[in-house]
Amino acid sequence: MDHLSKLENQSIYILREAHNKFEHLAMLWSIGKDSTVLLWLARKAFFGHVPFPLVHIDTSYKIPSMIEYRDKLVLEWGLNLVVGRNEPVLQSGVTYPNGKATRVECCGTLKKDALKQVLDQHGFTGVIVGVRRDEEPTRAKERYFSPRDKHMEWNVEDQPPELWDQFKTDFEPGAHIRVHPLLHWTELNVWEYIERENIPMIPLYFSNEQGMRYRSLGCAPCTVPIRSNARTVRDIIEELRASRTPERAGRAQDKESEDAFEKLRRDGYM
Amino acid sequence: MKIVIVGHVDHGKSTLIGRLLHDSGSLPEGRVEQLRQAAARRRVPFEWANLMDSLQAERDQNISIETTQIWFHSAVREYVIIDAPGHKEFLKNMVTGAASADAALLLVDAHEGIQENSRRHAYLLHLLGIRQLVVLVNKMDLVRYDQEVHARIVSEYSQWLRSVGLVSLAFIPISAKEGDNLTSHSPSLPWWTGPTVMEALDSLKPHLAPESLPLRFVVQDVYRFDARRIIAGRIEAGSLKTGDRVFFSPGGKSSEVKSIERWASAPNSTAEAGESIGITLTEQIFVERGAIGAHVESPPYELTRLKARLFWMGRRPLQLRSPYRIKLAAQEAECEIERIERVLDASTLATVGTPGAVSKVDRHEVGEVIIRTRKPVAFDLAEEIVATGRFVIVDGLDVAGGGIVIPDAYPRIRHDTQQKSEHIYWTHGKVTTQQREIRNGHPGCILWLTGLSASGKSTIATELERQLFNRGNQVCVLDGDNVRHGLCSDLGFSPEDRTENIRRIGEVAKLLAGYGVICVTAFISPYRADRDLVRKIMPEGRFIEVYINAPIEICEARDPKGLYAKARSNQIKNFTGVSAPYEAPDRPELELRTDILGCEECVSSIIEFLNAFAEAWGSNAGRI
Ligand SMILES: Nc1nc2c(ncn2[C@@H]2O[C@H](COP(=O)(O)OP(=O)(O)OP(=O)(O)O)[C@@H](O)[C@H]2O)c(=O)[nH]1
Ligand SMILES: [Mg+2]
Repeated sequence: MDHLSKLENQSIYILREAHNKFEHLAMLWSIGKDSTVLLWLARKAFFGHVPFPLVHIDTSYKIPSMIEYRDKLVLEWGLNLVVGRNEPVLQSGVTYPNGKATRVECCGTLKKDALKQVLDQHGFTGVIVGVRRDEEPTRAKERYFSPRDKHMEWNVEDQPPELWDQFKTDFEPGAHIRVHPLLHWTELNVWEYIERENIPMIPLYFSNEQGMRYRSLGCAPCTVPIRSNARTVRDIIEELRASRTPERAGRAQDKESEDAFEKLRRDGYM
Repeated sequence: MKIVIVGHVDHGKSTLIGRLLHDSGSLPEGRVEQLRQAAARRRVPFEWANLMDSLQAERDQNISIETTQIWFHSAVREYVIIDAPGHKEFLKNMVTGAASADAALLLVDAHEGIQENSRRHAYLLHLLGIRQLVVLVNKMDLVRYDQEVHARIVSEYSQWLRSVGLVSLAFIPISAKEGDNLTSHSPSLPWWTGPTVMEALDSLKPHLAPESLPLRFVVQDVYRFDARRIIAGRIEAGSLKTGDRVFFSPGGKSSEVKSIERWASAPNSTAEAGESIGITLTEQIFVERGAIGAHVESPPYELTRLKARLFWMGRRPLQLRSPYRIKLAAQEAECEIERIERVLDASTLATVGTPGAVSKVDRHEVGEVIIRTRKPVAFDLAEEIVATGRFVIVDGLDVAGGGIVIPDAYPRIRHDTQQKSEHIYWTHGKVTTQQREIRNGHPGCILWLTGLSASGKSTIATELERQLFNRGNQVCVLDGDNVRHGLCSDLGFSPEDRTENIRRIGEVAKLLAGYGVICVTAFISPYRADRDLVRKIMPEGRFIEVYINAPIEICEARDPKGLYAKARSNQIKNFTGVSAPYEAPDRPELELRTDILGCEECVSSIIEFLNAFAEAWGSNAGRI
């Protein structure tokens, strides 16, 4: 069995475990490449169906074409979409683009707190998230099934053992489990798989007239495109094979201090 | 290929990985510079280990807490390197990291020598099924690159490895910090003519999917998203094709495979080990999550008792007779530890306590135990089919132990039956069950009464028999004491003997029901799994479980034969409800509270149920 098929089979196994174990399950969908691959894998796991809602955390600062793209796929693939927005904070205007919060604070309210609101509102106890170990060093320490307490906190010093594909599926009331079916994939694997499966991708990833493209998609004010001539999936694969620049280099919130991102994640960020 | 790096705390695992990534040019741009600056800001020396130790708490204490995975390429292939923490406190994280590896690098500090976790980690690697291993004798710079020191460690450590069943492919002298012998031979170690770390890695053999083994298809779920009923799961061993006859354990139902289902993939009528697929069946049999599909000629074991070697990670010790859950492949069952044969300290192989007399396995110890499950579980020996030969134990909400199934005198029930069936044929008479039932005007069945001693089983059974007989029905009663005089006179009251007792009664009752008789049984039958086995040998709906329920205090007050009194004064051992467990039915067809209802009312309820049953069965409604 080839390498991509191995990754795919493992992810499908995990998705099916999650679906079986959690009655109130949702999948986060950021419209980016990882969560769209995850969505594709879910359709593989459930034979063309997606038996749980997709949650999109809308910070209101997303690049506008992401929202258009999202709504188009929802129709085409018959998806059940739940949008989460931290309305009180958006109304108060205490955000980074308004100059009233730091980047990290802004991620904390518009993404993390918005997620918590959706979870509470819908009573989701399992949330599927497309993070990968190679993205960022604290994600390299993640489990496939990772518990978060009722404050969404990640107790990284005391994680449950996880062996032989036996996962942590029992937890205290109020807590929830993050399920990470893409943990073992690399950025390169994701693009190779997109190529193999011919998965539709939002055009922002491909080089535009100005010779710029996004490598990682986030909010417009905090995500910068990279200089690149990659116009096709194949071009991106070639580019990645030659590059040693980290994927999240274009994401500003990771760099505010040495452990800024770790703190965000401990508090419940994806 | 996945490689785990293990060894005692501070022996240089994270340093090795950081350095290896750097020397092979696998690090993202700017990463080392970033860490050097961070170290300078905090006025601490830069450590290569910081590349792995991404948590602030890890860098503050210079210790790895959590396992990490990172990717790198050699000239030959891609690796996933798994860093494992060496501190004893974080053994569960080491196990988590090591459990998914194909091979291991085991570091020993040349200066400090072989330590507690150098030994324990080797033992755990073996238990986790890892057989490829390379030992790295690290920090050679601290012992002036002395060949003598290396030789001493090689001799001492290879002996330990042998005792736990491992062989190292090499014992490479290195300095992780200085980069000696990592990617190229070091001038500081001219006496070393063996491989470098990179060469040793490239010589390891990738783990092959177990395709040549017997089929094990683990059912995760059954989907009905559209018109198809798809049985979804993963092939853990062997291979499968459409048209194969697949046999599902536990349960023992079989069907032919109609199709192999995948989405957005080229159609393929075969599937091999490692594939997550779906299948549809030609026959509409009942299959549920947990079942293991196998080919008829090589089924797994299916028992309620298994012997295992397990490693305990729980906060509380593993204790005899406490309630746990076992998760094996996709099966989950309540279980308890029936016996602890011995307990080992995995860092010395010394036996803890007196074998046979220990009642717990403490955190970080290894135990050889007998596990008893509440319902039959399908499994294999770990040494034969690893994916269905290992399991975890859940204590409360937490995975607290991992173990492998080890050899014991397991009856290969299904297999034996299969072999026998080549020579023993079922004799078909000229009168069929159906003809008998039509003449009787009612179907044959087993009415299985279960409940504590003195709960009223015999009283109800005999009155029921009288009334049914008077109505002209075919009925008989099998009662506890009577079978103990003959059919089961060789059996006592141990759990094994009780199980065998029930099995025999079940078989006899089944024969009688096959002759169209309403066979009423009146046995305590305390174990749920035993009753379920009888249910399983009967056609759907023909096993009617009746729970004769009275609180133990009431039964004890009745005590018609004085047995409770004797049990309380220890004259009778293993007495149900007093010194042996009673497992009430989960979903009995009928439950009768004899502390509230009189015998007459109980009998009427049963007859009412039988009437409905006979009506559903067909023609002669109401003859019961
Ligand atoms: N002199 C010398 N020091 C080394 C060498 N390798 C590692 N060290 C030092 O040993 C200390 C521990 O190294 P780590 O890599 O953190 O050890 P570890 O095995 O990962 O430790 P845990 O993960 O906490 O079990 C650090 O201060 C390293 O600089 C070596 O080859 N020579
Ligand atoms: Mg370390």
